[in-house]
Amino acid sequence: MKEFKILAVIVALVGITYYGIEPYAHSVMHPEVAAADFTFKDVKNVDTTLAGNVENGKALVEANCIACHAIEAAGHPAVMPNADAAASYGVVPPDLSSAGRIYDTNYLANFIFDPVTAMHLEHKYTPDSGKQFPMPSYNWMTPQEIMDVVAYLKSVAPKVSEDKEGHKATFEAACGRCHNMKYAGIEATTPTDNLKNYMGATPPDLSQYIKSRGEHYLHSFINDPQVLLHGTSMPRVGLSEKAQEEVIEYMEEVGDSKKAERESLGLYVMGYMVVFALFAYLWKRKIWEEVH
Amino acid sequence: MAEFKKANSVGEWFDQRLGVVNFSKVMMSEYWIPKEINFLWAMGMILAVMFKILLISGIFLLMYYKPDVNMAFDSVNYTIMQEVAYGWLFRHVHAVGASVVFLIIYIHMFTGIYYGSYKKGREMIWISGMLLFMLFSAEGFSGYMLPWGQMSYWAAYVITEIFGGIPLIGDELVVWIRGNFYVADATLTRFFMLHVLLIPLAILGAIVFHFYALRFPHVNNESGEFFDYEEEAEKFKAGNKKGSKVIPFWPVFLSKDVFVMGIFLIFFFYLVFFHYGFAMDPINFDKADGLKTPAHIYPEWYFLWSYEVLRGWFFEIAGISGKDLGLMAFGFANAIFLVLPWLDRSPMVKPANQRPYFKYWFWLMIADLMVLTEFGKLPPTGPNAWVGFGASLTFLVLFIALPFITKAEAKKVGGK
Ligand code: HEC
Ligand code: HEC
Ligand code: HEM
Repeated sequence: MKEFKILAVIVALVGITYYGIEPYAHSVMHPEVAAADFTFKDVKNVDTTLAGNVENGKALVEANCIACHAIEAAGHPAVMPNADAAASYGVVPPDLSSAGRIYDTNYLANFIFDPVTAMHLEHKYTPDSGKQFPMPSYNWMTPQEIMDVVAYLKSVAPKVSEDKEGHKATFEAACGRCHNMKYAGIEATTPTDNLKNYMGATPPDLSQYIKSRGEHYLHSFINDPQVLLHGTSMPRVGLSEKAQEEVIEYMEEVGDSKKAERESLGLYVMGYMVVFALFAYLWKRKIWEEVH
Repeated sequence: MAEFKKANSVGEWFDQRLGVVNFSKVMMSEYWIPKEINFLWAMGMILAVMFKILLISGIFLLMYYKPDVNMAFDSVNYTIMQEVAYGWLFRHVHAVGASVVFLIIYIHMFTGIYYGSYKKGREMIWISGMLLFMLFSAEGFSGYMLPWGQMSYWAAYVITEIFGGIPLIGDELVVWIRGNFYVADATLTRFFMLHVLLIPLAILGAIVFHFYALRFPHVNNESGEFFDYEEEAEKFKAGNKKGSKVIPFWPVFLSKDVFVMGIFLIFFFYLVFFHYGFAMDPINFDKADGLKTPAHIYPEWYFLWSYEVLRGWFFEIAGISGKDLGLMAFGFANAIFLVLPWLDRSPMVKPANQRPYFKYWFWLMIADLMVLTEFGKLPPTGPNAWVGFGASLTFLVLFIALPFITKAEAKKVGGK
């Protein structure tokens, strides 16, 4: 039929144009990048097959880490207020309560061994930059000792629920020392001025980043910021795949809180329009029978 | 005062005072439309409905939107999108509607060009239509600024900057438009006023004018045939509905429009709920930052073709800078459709495919606009810049050649 032919031509022309300016143009402007690597296989200073000893780990952490880090879950409060910690270290050292849960084991062990390489910040802390990463490298520990620390951190990490509250806890532990999330009322633990000084750039408020960057971008960016934003001062944080998904989930729960409502209402409205079109068709046929 | 006798029904009561019976005849049941039309003739009514949808959703947004550089972004993305009940729905409908309305406008325009509905008495329909196109463009541009995201800011920056190229007054003009030396709070508040008051008012007026302009020449039909409307209307009224070449606006024409609209709205609401990224650019969910230029700046899709005509000229020719050449080409592109009725010198009112020369021109023009649209979005580097230049040049050549092509066609068909 002629009307279908006309429709086919329009759909084809619109379809080609749409393909060109949306999927194709985006693939040109944002080329695919290497897939996210949640094993962090580029860092391998510590043999992670060693079984850790929790008791020994506890002793090592208490001797080495709690001077800077709070571990509320194990009864170690922060040694000083956030403002003072930020002034001393540039950024507030995160509470390590959930470190054993959110970080990938290989990453965590290698981070303790040498934070700068694990975070992919060698470009910032070059020998002649005069800068020094605030947390010392524990490369003097034996791999066994490092695995003991890891085992201890895993043993104290509280379980969290699989819902928005749990996702929020993961977000705060992983990103909360740097990023605000205004739409959820979350303020970075480190004051903005300190952050800007420390990072050389102000970490953005992440309230709408699920929309501006999208899940696909975040999936790669959080796993290794250097891949998409080469030379950035945001560190690789080393989340396990599960923890990263929780963070992204949380960004969506805050930034796109009406998603579920939108998708269910959408079906109803479209269903209504289908019924409407059907009746409109019957009416049209009845009326046009008289004139054709 | 006229003598009024007691009315026997509510209908009569109104008829005495407002003449509703006659009015509805003139406007509806005896407003004659040709029978030989396809669904493309429903685009006009779809546009009228889209405008209504935009107006209503816009009014809802207006209740919570705050035209202030410090508050605009959050009032849209937090208050409206997340706090207000169904605020997100109004925003999605409004943003997607504003984008889809241009798709329908383009289909409507190119239908008019394809069937030659802009000449032989239909010039004022065309002119009033172009007026609507310009007003909608201004409405789209001013509306896009309001959420005060990165694309709002930078598109506003780039587009207002274009006026700086106008000789002598350019620099002052840019400042006058922006209300400041750069895009700032004053720019936002004045575009807010334009978007919610002045332009919608003008659009309402222009729609009335467009509809009125349709009255005397009547709507065109699929074969471009001219016939005696009085005679055909008499046939219809006498009961020869099948033999008559016309149908009344109500209920016959509208019953088809409503059906086409039903199909269209299924598609529209699919976009609103499930596929809105093309109309709500992700970059615009970053708050405006005058110190941070996004890697790629592009206008909304419906401006891409004319943006590419501007950008295509990137090198100096005969001592005139690429920027100036682009500006001239851009001015040409935006004005040329307005005078289309006078560029087409052939008397034929027929579907393009039945016109010996015009058909090539028509499909070439469509292809060129598609190429321009595509390259208006891609980064203008390397070969892309040259394709853009070629397509931009082709656009100018096509329109300069049109009078000659159609003149030759007129000769060939011998004044038919
Ligand atoms: C001198 C203070 C200091 C000491 C001691 C210290 N840290 Fe840190 N740590 C920091 C600071 C500051 C950061 C945040 C650095 C940044 O984000 O740039 C940090 C970050 C971390 C992180 C987060 C890594 C990531 O990928 O986000 C972990 C895990 C961690 N430290 C574990 C430890 C462990 C385990 C010890 C003891 C073996 C320890 N830290 C000792 C200061 C310290
Ligand atoms: C030690 C501080 C720090 C931590 C921890 C951190 N970020 Fe960042 N982040 C930054 C800085 C600084 C920037 C700005 C980078 C730039 O502009 O180069 C940034 C930028 C970003 C961006 C924007 C990237 C872009 O495309 O512009 C996203 C998204 C982001 N961070 C997400 C996260 C998430 C999610 C986490 C937690 C898993 C996190 N960040 C943890 C400091 C941090
Ligand atoms: C944006 C708001 C617009 C509205 C609400 C609108 C509405 C309408 C309506 C209801 C009709 C009659 C039915 C039909 O043929 O579709 C019509 C016809 C027409 N319009 Fe528009 N229109 C708009 C924009 C435009 C534009 C931008 C143009 C192009 C410059 C245009 C050009 C025409 C022409 C040439 C006709 C006559 C078609 C024919 O005779 O077959 N209109 N318009």
